[in-house]
Amino acid sequence: MVASTQDDGFVVFEHVQKSYDGETLVVKDLNLTIGQGEFLTMLGPSGSGKTTCLMMLAGFETATHGEIRLDGRPINTVPPHKRGIGMVFQNYALFPHMTVGENLSFPLEVRGMSRSDRERKIKRALDMVQMGAFANRRPAQLSGGQQQRIALARALVFDPQLVLMDEPLGALDKQLREHMQFEIKHLHESLGITVVYVTHDQGEALTMSDRIAVFNDGRIQQLAPPSELYERPKNSFVASFIGENNRLPGTVEEIADGRALVRLETGELIDATPVNVARKGQQTLVSIRPERVEFKPEMLPPNAHLIDAEVLEFIYMGDIFRTRLRVAGSEDFVIKSRNTLGQRVMQPGEKVRIGWAPQDARALDPL
Amino acid sequence: MADATAQIAATGTERLTTADGRPLKTALARAQARARRRAFLLVLPLLLFIVVTFIVPIGQMLHRSIHNDGFAANMPQLTQWFAETEPGTEPDETAYAALAADLKAAAEAKTIGVVGTRVNYEMAGTRSLFTSTGRKARKFEPPYRAAILEADEKWANPDLWGTMRQVSRAYSPNFFLAAVDLARDNEGNIVRAPAERRVYVMLFERTFVIAGLITFLCLLLGYPVAHLLATLPLRTSNLLMILVLLPFWTSLLVRTTSWIVLLQGQGVVNNTLVATGLISDSSRIQMIYNQAGTIIAMTHILLPFMILPLYSVMRPIPPSYVRAARSLGASSWTAFRRVYLPQTLPGIGAGALLVFILGVGYYITPALVGGASGQLISNLIAFHMQDSLNWSLAAALAAVLLGAVLILYWLYDRLVGIDNLKLG
Ligand SMILES: Nc1ncnc2c1ncn2[C@@H]1O[C@H](COP(=O)(O)OP(=O)(O)OP(=O)(O)O)[C@@H](O)[C@H]1O
Ligand SMILES: [Mg+2]
Repeated sequence: MVASTQDDGFVVFEHVQKSYDGETLVVKDLNLTIGQGEFLTMLGPSGSGKTTCLMMLAGFETATHGEIRLDGRPINTVPPHKRGIGMVFQNYALFPHMTVGENLSFPLEVRGMSRSDRERKIKRALDMVQMGAFANRRPAQLSGGQQQRIALARALVFDPQLVLMDEPLGALDKQLREHMQFEIKHLHESLGITVVYVTHDQGEALTMSDRIAVFNDGRIQQLAPPSELYERPKNSFVASFIGENNRLPGTVEEIADGRALVRLETGELIDATPVNVARKGQQTLVSIRPERVEFKPEMLPPNAHLIDAEVLEFIYMGDIFRTRLRVAGSEDFVIKSRNTLGQRVMQPGEKVRIGWAPQDARALDPL
Repeated sequence: MADATAQIAATGTERLTTADGRPLKTALARAQARARRRAFLLVLPLLLFIVVTFIVPIGQMLHRSIHNDGFAANMPQLTQWFAETEPGTEPDETAYAALAADLKAAAEAKTIGVVGTRVNYEMAGTRSLFTSTGRKARKFEPPYRAAILEADEKWANPDLWGTMRQVSRAYSPNFFLAAVDLARDNEGNIVRAPAERRVYVMLFERTFVIAGLITFLCLLLGYPVAHLLATLPLRTSNLLMILVLLPFWTSLLVRTTSWIVLLQGQGVVNNTLVATGLISDSSRIQMIYNQAGTIIAMTHILLPFMILPLYSVMRPIPPSYVRAARSLGASSWTAFRRVYLPQTLPGIGAGALLVFILGVGYYITPALVGGASGQLISNLIAFHMQDSLNWSLAAALAAVLLGAVLILYWLYDRLVGIDNLKLG
């Protein structure tokens, strides 16, 4: 359920800037509109300002400039406890001196809810995360994954419209993390809440989100649904940050009809789709996903340019093969091919010709 | 190793043995004995040190509080007579003969002063009676009763004989009774001490009230400071910590002098108040050489003992707890009361216990700035140690203090739990 009702703008950041020390801007001109019921992920390297944005939304940091609106009303001056936003912290922040039940009861008590209502809601929330039997335990008596579920239940128990999660799965092992990703996604869909999720795990971002905002250096580099982000990155940062990516530097030789010819530094010509190059003679970095490169010319469009390559390393990984090649002087050009019928095992030193469809090679800005 | 595990698995609930058939428990104990012995040798020096400097003196003090043989050791014959007769027996010629012999011997051995002092503890004004009669004891001839009464007719006083009978027993609870303003009459019944001697209960009460007040003030002042220190970046907080620890690093006399300069009648505080017109020149506030002085100075001195345990508890509490509480809808006060405060309880407990126990036993500050109304029980203990030389009473007072503190400790354990204590 992709809720791309973005124009009604449940959460709106408008020209938001943030500086902690008055010297550097940690968040530079953030504009972001999040629709009701959307699952939006903030993805980016460490220090790119994701947590800061979340904290401004939750009310623990004030925006140095700009306006944040929640459901149409500006919340810059609303204190955190009046915002009604559920929040899951990276270290869970379960109150250690209270039992699980008391932890969940806390947000209901401060809202002055009656005992029977509280018990009903607590039970519902615990059942939701399959932790019904743990109400009397202390957080310290739970495993990491169980604590995570309780933190989730506590953030949801008072029925907030908006839930913020700051790397909620960062402390879990891979298997548990994948399981929890599924559960969170499932909860999001069944409850219809809006989720703003922070992570620096791109796999997590790709599998869970309706849209992903890629952060770098205090700016959103690209805001798009996962498939678009992966297949049509708008600049070199996004291309290299999301997924594996072969990069070939060169100069634009010809550009026409949404197709560019790029001359590599070693003189070869390749095909690409221009993204942020516009003129002949511009420096560019061509980005190609490893799984989109072909060994077999018959799989490519008739006029596609082919290029010579030499196999350096061949790694058998079961379901896929990973071949590292020397291409146009670059020694870390990687091709991933599926282990299908008739797929050949290649030897180092072998000479091959490779190519790709022009729309899969994207001519981006030089880094 | 492999067969051992196999065997363990095989025997199941039966007695476990190692591969060579020895019981597992014995084998484990033997394996650990060496390590334990070595660990014991390492702590032995400290153990000896503590025994010599702490446990033995405390034991001696407790012993002294119930034992004083100043009379029994130096008046053997009279002590014998007391032992053989019923309490309340009229002293007869035998008794006076024993008294005469003991007085003579004690005067020659120059221990008559010790005897007089011991009786004097229980009955004021009797020390001189012993020393003066002792000087004449060489010339006593039978009948001794007449001879002694001729030397001083105060010897006929039945109260004196009752007192002597009591002090003739080396072990007696009298010092403890005295420490709580009680005494024993001639029949051995426990009665209240004469009104002019009832000071100790009042002083104990005052000591505990003032120590409690100081603890409360330290908590009130120290809690926000500790919180500030715990939330500031480490560099700044270390710098501020120096200010907190300053009382430790300045000499006691310097500190006391500065308190006097600040607080005395013509001191800085009063002068400022007068200059700003808040009080008139004739109604300067007495802030030193009374209880106020004791409370102000001791709060300052004991504050670090409150701040340090609080700080060490607060530092590791991540800010996300309070943030979580706030995001869940709690106002900042509710978040503090229900989430932050409970987590700092171990620090509050440790700090309060430390400050209170130190405050209860504090001696030097009340002596310097307390005046008469600011004296605490320790000042009386010091007085009995140094001036009246009634060490047994001093020991009994100290033992009562120790007992009260231990009871407090026990109460704390029952109410809060001793594992809820974090000293650093
Ligand atoms: N309280 C603060 N005071 C000063 N600077 C801060 C503070 N919090 C964050 N910063 C700085 O702001 C920048 C962005 O921090 P932020 O925590 O938002 O990054 P992030 O994207 O969440 O990173 P991560 O993935 O590591 O959590 C960093 O350079 C950080 O050093
Ligand atoms: Mg972060």
